[in-house]
Amino acid sequence: MTQQLILYPLLLQLLLSILLMFFWYRINAQRIISILGSILHLGLTIYVFSFIWNNGIQTLQAGSWEAPFGITFVADSLSITLVLLTAIAGLAVSIFSASSMIPDRLKFGYFPIFHFLLLGLNGAFLTGDIFNLYVWFEIIIISSFVLITLGGEKAQLEGAVKYFTLNFLASMIFLTAIAVLYGLTGSLNMADLAIKVAEVENRALVQITAVLFLIGFGIKAAVFPLYFWLPASYHTPPSAVSAIFGGLLTKVGVYALIRVFSLIFVGDAFLDEMLIVIAILTLFSGGVGALIQNNIKKVFSYLIICHIGYMILGLGMFTEVAIAGTIFYLIHDIIVKTNLFMVSGLIYRIKGSSSMRALGGFYSDYPKLSLLIFIPLFSLVGIPPLSGFWPKISLITASFNTESYWGLAAIIFASFITLVVIAKLWAEVFWKNPGEIRERFKFDYFHKMGKYRKLGFVAPIVFLSFVSLYIGFGAENIQILSSRVAQELMDNQLYIDAVFNNAQNPE
Amino acid sequence: MEILFAIIIGVLYAAGIYMILRRSLVKLIIGIILLGNGANLLIFLLGRITEGAPPIIPEESKVFLEAYADPVPQALILTAIVISFGLQSFAIILVKRAHKVVKTDDLDEMNATDEDS
Amino acid sequence: MKTLILKTASIYLLPVLLVFSVFILLRGHYLPGGGFVGGLIAAIAFVLHAFANGLSESKNLLKIHPGFLMPLGLALAFLSGVAPVIVDDPFMTGLWFPDPFPVIGNVGSALFFDIGVYLVVVGVTLTIIFTISESA
Repeated sequence: MTQQLILYPLLLQLLLSILLMFFWYRINAQRIISILGSILHLGLTIYVFSFIWNNGIQTLQAGSWEAPFGITFVADSLSITLVLLTAIAGLAVSIFSASSMIPDRLKFGYFPIFHFLLLGLNGAFLTGDIFNLYVWFEIIIISSFVLITLGGEKAQLEGAVKYFTLNFLASMIFLTAIAVLYGLTGSLNMADLAIKVAEVENRALVQITAVLFLIGFGIKAAVFPLYFWLPASYHTPPSAVSAIFGGLLTKVGVYALIRVFSLIFVGDAFLDEMLIVIAILTLFSGGVGALIQNNIKKVFSYLIICHIGYMILGLGMFTEVAIAGTIFYLIHDIIVKTNLFMVSGLIYRIKGSSSMRALGGFYSDYPKLSLLIFIPLFSLVGIPPLSGFWPKISLITASFNTESYWGLAAIIFASFITLVVIAKLWAEVFWKNPGEIRERFKFDYFHKMGKYRKLGFVAPIVFLSFVSLYIGFGAENIQILSSRVAQELMDNQLYIDAVFNNAQNPE
Repeated sequence: MEILFAIIIGVLYAAGIYMILRRSLVKLIIGIILLGNGANLLIFLLGRITEGAPPIIPEESKVFLEAYADPVPQALILTAIVISFGLQSFAIILVKRAHKVVKTDDLDEMNATDEDS
Repeated sequence: MKTLILKTASIYLLPVLLVFSVFILLRGHYLPGGGFVGGLIAAIAFVLHAFANGLSESKNLLKIHPGFLMPLGLALAFLSGVAPVIVDDPFMTGLWFPDPFPVIGNVGSALFFDIGVYLVVVGVTLTIIFTISESA
């Protein structure tokens, strides 16, 4: 049974989604199933994580079709770490949506689709087959389309049109890249591709394919010239949806980039240079974009773009230290970004507005909550010893080692600009005297809610803040984890051996 | 045959992207459909066009008796068609809703999300 | 649009198409066919009926909301995928009854997976088409 272990998180999410569909109109049952299921999922994932930590990379050949002919599922440290983070973020958002989503939206199948989205995320992280990755991507974007349009407000639909078009385009470019890759090598298994792509003589075509992958995943990860759909759409849906989008969806693009450029297209100086340039421009444009926004959700959207730059930069430098920095940043970023969008939802519920100009006086009204919100906000900036600080050390060291001083400048610039943005946000929302906000009629204000609903708003934020604090104060453990992931990624032979040896002598 | 296919694929991609770049919502959908078809044909072409038997082993033998067509691209295309079918039907509903709510067919007028709020 | 010819024909075509869709479904394992195509044919049968007799009539005929077929089909497909896990084969490995059944032929977990696909396809297609035609 242990061999199948890596599929259990995936199967559990599918089961939850199916189960929730049977309770389509019974909202309370859905809330309970979703929260309990997410807790179970978290427990299961922790168990699988510790199993892989102790026993190394695990693979599974679905349907007993041996690699490279069948679909292989591979759980190396990177995959399982991301699955674990998905489970943590998923639990928090599940609790948050149970109390923050209005019943009208829940009646249209919010929870089943939410778990379908998590299923897609788990699948994308675990699969070892490039076409299967495409299928999981489609599952993710179809669920996210439904989630982003749920409710059908004007801004939501407009955002959804932009989100849909660009993501569809990204999928088509990804599909084109797969087609060319299949034409070149005749294989779809990622480990097999890693071997065969290295042997292809037509390097120009390989490079073009790599660039197609870069564009396809780049749109999804929202890197520099391809990010415009993100700030146009992420602030439109309810905060619970924004939270899962902001925390995890762009990170799937980053994961795919890391996977493809550390396994299949390795050691191409041109591509690495290109990644670094893109990363620098992303850091710059995201930061500047965040500076001029007024809506707090839009500020966070631009900060997502800005911080994607850090991860791409680490990938571009491609040394062990740099990759470790990237992975550490990924871990930190998923937790913090999910948390921040929930925070923005909480602020909106309390004050009835997301505009920084109108907001104010939050600290004098809710001092304890403000201190709680302080944790994710300043983790994002990376005030030591909070979690955002540590990966930057690795990234800065790596950029010294590889002598990419532009990258170094961009890291420091982006950290500085994040600090300015967050400080501005803190001053405007928490310290300034409140502006004029019209009391909204028929609005579901936070202070009018019952005790349990309030708890549902605050508990996930507390939970993720604690995780953030752990990442900050237990940085040593996370560093060990990310170094191990980096080691596995730098040596792609480990991955290839795991896929093929297991196929030859199954236990 | 390959040249013809390559030209058709090129035309489909070009037309698809041209239509996506138009301002009308309906043309956006047409562009999406054309682009999807272009990608499917590309997979078909890059799986090599061969004249062979269908890739089904006769009941009495264990291996293929003659040259056979590669089944993988067909499976991929089928999957891609199913997915783009779902996406396109979603797009049609989305565009209809958007048109009803925003009351315009012009993408340039859909700028509520960029406004300062 | 109500024409007598289409209306009369649809009454006879509906059962024929449904039987044909089941035939395509069962034929699917070794020959062209399968759950997806079968499901589409079954969906077309209902769409044709809706064309001829109006949407509300076909909904009455269906008794249940077509959306309900989705979790049903997914559950069936899921169970047939998980079944080999219980006997410690990898997920989705085909399990087969040793002897062929009369009429149907060999029965294995793949057949149940295909039936699941069939139900999901019918459910999804009908939901989409009904939604579009309702809001038209």
